[in-house]
Amino acid sequence: MDLSQYMDLFLAEAKEHLESLNENLLKLEENPADHEVLNEIFRSAHTLKGMAATMGFEQITELTHEMENALTLLKEGKLYVTPEVIDVLLRCLDALDVMMKDLRNSGEQPFPYQPLLGKLQDLSKLSWSKSDLPSHAEQLPPKPLEFNEYEISVLKAAENSKYRVYHIKIGLSPDTIMKSVRAFMVFRSLEEYGQIIKCQPPVQDLEEEQFEDSFEVVFVSQAPPETISQALEKIAEVRVLALQELNTKKLENQQIGSHQDKIESPGNRAPSFSSGAGRTLRTVRVDIERLDNLMNLVGELVINKTRLEQIGLTHRITDLLEAIEQMGRLTTDLQSLVMKVRMVPIEQVFNRFPRMVRDLAREMGKDVQFIMEGKETELDRTVIDEIGDPLVHLIRNAIDHGIESPEERVQAGKEKTAYLRLAAYHEGNNVIIEVEDDGRGIDIEKVRTQAINKGFFTEKEREYLDDNALLKVIFQPGFSTADVVTDISGRGVGLDVVKSKIESLNGSIEVETKKKMGTKVKISLPLTLAIIQALLVSVGHEQYAIPLSSIDETTFVLPEQIKTVQNQEVMVLRGIVLPLVRLQRVLEVSMTTSENEELYVVVVRKGEHRIGLVVDLLVGQQDIVIKSLGKLLTGIPGIAGATILGNGEVSLILDVNTLF
Amino acid sequence: MSEGQVNFKDEIQLVVFSVEKEEYGLEISQVQEINRLLPITRVPRAPAYIEGVINLRGNVVPVVNLHSRLKLGMRTNTDRTRIVVVRAQGIPVGLIVDEVLEVLCLSSSAVEPHAMPGVTSNAGYLQGVGKINERLILLLDLDSLLNLEELGEMVS
Repeated sequence: MDLSQYMDLFLAEAKEHLESLNENLLKLEENPADHEVLNEIFRSAHTLKGMAATMGFEQITELTHEMENALTLLKEGKLYVTPEVIDVLLRCLDALDVMMKDLRNSGEQPFPYQPLLGKLQDLSKLSWSKSDLPSHAEQLPPKPLEFNEYEISVLKAAENSKYRVYHIKIGLSPDTIMKSVRAFMVFRSLEEYGQIIKCQPPVQDLEEEQFEDSFEVVFVSQAPPETISQALEKIAEVRVLALQELNTKKLENQQIGSHQDKIESPGNRAPSFSSGAGRTLRTVRVDIERLDNLMNLVGELVINKTRLEQIGLTHRITDLLEAIEQMGRLTTDLQSLVMKVRMVPIEQVFNRFPRMVRDLAREMGKDVQFIMEGKETELDRTVIDEIGDPLVHLIRNAIDHGIESPEERVQAGKEKTAYLRLAAYHEGNNVIIEVEDDGRGIDIEKVRTQAINKGFFTEKEREYLDDNALLKVIFQPGFSTADVVTDISGRGVGLDVVKSKIESLNGSIEVETKKKMGTKVKISLPLTLAIIQALLVSVGHEQYAIPLSSIDETTFVLPEQIKTVQNQEVMVLRGIVLPLVRLQRVLEVSMTTSENEELYVVVVRKGEHRIGLVVDLLVGQQDIVIKSLGKLLTGIPGIAGATILGNGEVSLILDVNTLF
Repeated sequence: MSEGQVNFKDEIQLVVFSVEKEEYGLEISQVQEINRLLPITRVPRAPAYIEGVINLRGNVVPVVNLHSRLKLGMRTNTDRTRIVVVRAQGIPVGLIVDEVLEVLCLSSSAVEPHAMPGVTSNAGYLQGVGKINERLILLLDLDSLLNLEELGEMVS
């Protein structure tokens, strides 16, 4: 069978499993008693192994197999969840990650994973020395028996009525003929003393001789162990390999574990490409490029619909307008559908951070409690792909430079464990991502000195610099130098790169900091790079689009109603003083008309403030397709992008947040 | 070697156009298309030589006023004014020129690879001067003409 066609599928699925393993291992470290997480880990590792085996990737199979063994020990409580154990497992994941990447590039490559195998095997040794199992245990296989709920209730009832529960492993001589008969005899003699609850392999297999030369039974009896083993040993060619009393209190855990034990049973060994939870069954993987194309086409459709509308209006064709209305509904539905398809929870990006934070914190000897909020917040796929690196940078900075060592924190009278929060949430048509820590904060005075030393400001400007202006300096290229890194919380490292990345996504970034209290970086990103509703306004001969999401209302004002407060034009709107900004002035539109009798005002929100934008005319509301202005024109303050109107003209989209 | 670099090895094909009576050339592979003057939307706060953006079959493409970029005075639009759409580092950019004259072949030996220092203040935007009989054709260096980093800084 040619498996190459499954390669992409394999790699994609494997990546998902690796991510889930990473995430769950960290959860397990935090909460070692969480059996569900452990089971999930086991399932993922097992599926991974099966997939790799099917594809014929021996190295991955071997490594995952050894991981599975270690995980089994954890499941059986023979190994404890310690940071060291988690470390080893995480290293394995890293190795697997590298191996997968090699696969993508050039097929299976020799990879030095033997040391890891050694470490995993060391874990098993560790487990036996720690084990406090009864003497027979060594002879029992590490794999536990599986019980269903009914069996467990029987066992419990038996124990309550002072019965003993035995787990017996029975061996037959290798050259035994008629093994099934021996098994039958074992059963018969056991039944004289009590009741057989379970046997493995199942009775049917035993009857059909579908077993090697041993089998296990769980047996409930009042007889002492000696009586039972004596009775069994009487049967020719039968030996008792192990006889152990089961503790039914432990069974509950095993019961939870039983689901994937079943997966492990030979009959079910066939690997499945879908993950255990079955959530991938009803989804399709689509190349992002195809989605982009689809989006573009829908965009073109919207533009053409607007065009048709204009023709209908100009020529007053009622039938056409009705048809367009229908079509409008369809395109709107189509649009929102395509948008939804492109939306991805930010979880995908966030998920890599717990691991990163853990490793960094361990590496630097810092005690960090990492909290993530709003993982379910959805963002356009294109934004998701780009946002990871800036966040890595910010989080790294926070741990490296912002957060103090535990000793330093105690000295400063803070909790020993630092707090690092990564949160995402919606705000209007934006998604806000925050990285917040309670570390030492940025020392504004040092930034001030550095900024002047480095020539970002002159000595004269010094006194006029307020803290906000200064904080912007840390986003300047070149502000990051070694001595800055060590002296100030070092947040200058490459922050210019972060800023330009965010801005290339039409987003913005802000810093709030308090010395000794911590730092908060707030990133604001557009929800999508696609279609939005906007209000078209005329300013002189030019038309601009203002996203509806930032508009509160529209109103008008007579020139004589415009007052000034300290040279700032304002109007009174329902008793509230509203500052006015003339778009014509802000956008340097050449004057064409004399002052109108009535001025239109678009009330927009900028942060918590409301501002009235004075325009010449409100053209109307419509769907617009956001087009990027391209690399040559990125980062122009106030301009969020462009759109193509129904008449083919390009109109710019205003970004209220950066306009003034 | 970026795509904006002309290969001097043998013969090169040039799109030749005029800006304020001077003749400029671009290697033909850098030129995507030549358009009549399209409606241009001004972009506030953009560098002065960015005339604005045009709708190029559904794509928003910035256009550069070469007069302004090469500091050659004011431009008057005529029937012959054209937008030469080039690709600089994969990005389409329109250049407004007075007239597209011809496409011609030039032996690479006829190209002075270095512009004469001091002769023109635009030396940095040139990668050489081609000579055909009495004509001099200034070969534009797109990468430095449309230096994206430089432009980005000017914008912010």
